[in-house]
Amino acid sequence: MNSSVFFGLSSLAYILAMILYIAYLAFKNKTVGVTATALTIAGLLSQTAALLIRWKEFAELGNMGLLRGVPLTNLYESLVFFVWCLILAYLVIEFRYKNRSFGAFITPIAGLVLAFIDISGMSKGIQPLVPALQSNWLLAHVMMSFIAYAMFAVSFSTGLMYLIVTTDDRTDAAYIFWTAMLSVFIIVLAAMGIDYLTFKMSVKGQEELIKSYLFKATFRSGSGFVTVLSFAFSAALFFVIWRFGGIMKKIISGVEISADMLDEITYKSIAMGFPIFTLGGLIFGAIWADQAWGKYWTWDPKETWSLITWFFYAFYLHGRLMRGWKGRKVAMVAVLGFLAVIFTYLGVNLLLSGLHSYGAE
Amino acid sequence: MENKQKKNITDRVWDLFSSVKLAVVIFSIIAATSMVGTVLEQNAEPEKNIKIIMKMLRVGHDTAQGLYGFLAQLGFMDMYHAWWFVTLLLLFAANLIICSIDRLPRVWKLAREPIQAMPPELLEKVSVKRSITLKGSAETIKESVRAGLKEIGFSPAEAAVSHGVQFYAQKGNYSRLGVYITHLSILVILAGAIIGLFFGFNAFLNLPEGEQSSVAYKDRGVELPLGFEIRCDNFEVSYYGQSDMPKAYKSWLSVFKNGKKVLQKSIVVNDPLTYEGVTFYQSSFGIIPGSQGKGIIILKAVSADGKAQNIEAKVGDSFLIPGTQITGRILDFSPAISIDATGRYVSYDEQLKNPAVQVAFSGLKDGNYTGWILKRYPQTWQLPSGDRVELVDYWGVEYTGMQVRKDPGVFIVYLGCIFMSIGLFMSFFMSHKRIWVNVSEEKGGTRVVIGASAHRNRAAFEGRVEKLVGILSSGPKGERK
Ligand code: HEM
Repeated sequence: MNSSVFFGLSSLAYILAMILYIAYLAFKNKTVGVTATALTIAGLLSQTAALLIRWKEFAELGNMGLLRGVPLTNLYESLVFFVWCLILAYLVIEFRYKNRSFGAFITPIAGLVLAFIDISGMSKGIQPLVPALQSNWLLAHVMMSFIAYAMFAVSFSTGLMYLIVTTDDRTDAAYIFWTAMLSVFIIVLAAMGIDYLTFKMSVKGQEELIKSYLFKATFRSGSGFVTVLSFAFSAALFFVIWRFGGIMKKIISGVEISADMLDEITYKSIAMGFPIFTLGGLIFGAIWADQAWGKYWTWDPKETWSLITWFFYAFYLHGRLMRGWKGRKVAMVAVLGFLAVIFTYLGVNLLLSGLHSYGAE
Repeated sequence: MENKQKKNITDRVWDLFSSVKLAVVIFSIIAATSMVGTVLEQNAEPEKNIKIIMKMLRVGHDTAQGLYGFLAQLGFMDMYHAWWFVTLLLLFAANLIICSIDRLPRVWKLAREPIQAMPPELLEKVSVKRSITLKGSAETIKESVRAGLKEIGFSPAEAAVSHGVQFYAQKGNYSRLGVYITHLSILVILAGAIIGLFFGFNAFLNLPEGEQSSVAYKDRGVELPLGFEIRCDNFEVSYYGQSDMPKAYKSWLSVFKNGKKVLQKSIVVNDPLTYEGVTFYQSSFGIIPGSQGKGIIILKAVSADGKAQNIEAKVGDSFLIPGTQITGRILDFSPAISIDATGRYVSYDEQLKNPAVQVAFSGLKDGNYTGWILKRYPQTWQLPSGDRVELVDYWGVEYTGMQVRKDPGVFIVYLGCIFMSIGLFMSFFMSHKRIWVNVSEEKGGTRVVIGASAHRNRAAFEGRVEKLVGILSSGPKGERK
């Protein structure tokens, strides 16, 4: 069986589950909720099968043995693994806290990643490892980084929800912050969707994607009218979310999620993610760099952004210890921390260049 | 603090540096300035960064140049080594040291202190409380409390309290020190980095096949004596199958000390060679300028009945296949052969991507034969006569490019990393757990009051207390009333 069939099935399941979770949050229909959970589990199983098949194919291709031949060597494979970790973490939370309302906030991140994979048209093929990536540290480094990223994604969602349920004054900085964040997420997703529908492109590289396609149907359109319209539409969307954000609060408050519980999950996922990121992302990355290039730290953009991300989460952990910072302020740090994660992973590759070879071809 | 004014300056500085607030401020500044450093390309040509500024800020060349001059003055073009960035790191370290010194004694005491019995009234005040009344006699209940506490991992002490007996125990008290181990590890890593900076070096060495060197080169070609000699015996790139996708870059190296060979090892990316603290990393390769046509062609001739011989030759030379009358004369060599649209053989690259030799054979039974022998394609090695000539290597035209590094601090950095892992594990996955269990006789039963606390992950600990309650309630001797 081909792994891409299973991947396709799991993507489909996740996207359907995302829609159902959102419907569940809005209508609180139990059948809808149970179906969403069932679809998520089915998607996870299918994706697990796909990952195992791809692992086997990859190891056989390069004749590398199972440990080295882990399919985590390019942008596509690592994003797929991220989705897998995220869904797994979500299911654990759903069962631990017996509450599926989080689904409406966590599955969209998976949906966004899957959409990004398709829209960017990144290479999904199996490629053998270039020499720099032939290291045993690679498996540990990439795998642990992505497990940590998934934890951080969870803390992003719960941090955002925390802000939603604890703010109602529209002039409050925290309120403006979360409405803006949510708007940006929706706008980026929508703009990429429009790009996709307009161009149906097949992109060779990321450079090309950024230069020729990303937001070309909207913000970066050749027609000034479309550009202005896009910005006007975004501003209108932000205004609507800002004006009616209180409804979100009602919806979430209606499903028995307390602010304390959200704060606890945010902290717990960072308390899990931080050590894993420190060990896998920073320490194992440094050891790998040391063996491959003879320098454990070179301040290249990827490393530096990992460090910046690390500082964000150290900020979060210490901010909680400060009087007056517990609660909303640190929740904002948790949300910003995940933006740093996204930039570390995608921004550095797409916008800045570095030593790291991910998706360089 | 009422008499704030009376504090002298040392106290104020101490207070500032022992505060988490300062730490958070420093986190933010380091993160923010680092971001700038990733946008501007470090140690690059001025024009490159001027272009980046023009693109980022959508300004003209002159404005960008002015801004560039300003930022360069501030050290942003090599900012991770600029005085103010290093100062930030030092402030950060000072903050960490003072903060830890300030708090450690208290935490140390908390961690060391043996647990005390607690007056029953106070038991009401701890965070986790359970109380149950059981049927059995006090003696049997005590027995099962002892067993139950063992079961959930505690070894309790006992004391008589105002009514009845109290069992109490603690666990994981040293996990409170995890945070400090984490903080200390950061200092260890910084120390290791500084040692590396002062007592180590970074250099490179491009070594042609067959040559040796007793020095490496720092920036601007400054020579750095190694204290021994290193020779590149051979260098080779291997490819995946018959594609041009590199699979491995490999150098065969020998180390000589006082004229004697002391070490021989092949290195690839991710697997360096270390001798006397100096490490050689495979980092690049290339063709020695002006070496075209000067290399040695190494062939392996094998006769049809299995006699083999290695042959070293140049273009124009002839050789004999062992045990036969067949001679081959080398007509041509190509580093990367391919066939163009008109069917001619051409070289598509200077690098040794697909090396091939053209050989004219004479003395074969059924006439002469001329053909290209390609290193990558075994089917081209076969002659019509059943003999075989294999192209092994084209030697002496490539050089291997190596990073050469000495860093006595790296060991300390790794030690710090180990500390950090241990410290973080202790901080987040362990906790200081305390439990007190009061057993007192009441009318018609025995009352058990449990008080417990954990300084972290209380929910998980509560589960264990629940388990204890379960054991007591369903135990053979005690039955819930
Ligand atoms: C990036 C560097 C740092 C890392 C990775 C780090 C790590 C940690 C961790 C993991 C904790 C435990 C947090 C928790 O309980 O949730 C902690 C606590 C703490 N950190 Fe840091 N820290 C760093 C820098 C600093 C600095 C510079 C200070 C100086 C003020 C500081 C002061 C504290 C204090 C006071 C605590 C609380 C200790 C306690 O609960 O007893 N940290 N740190």
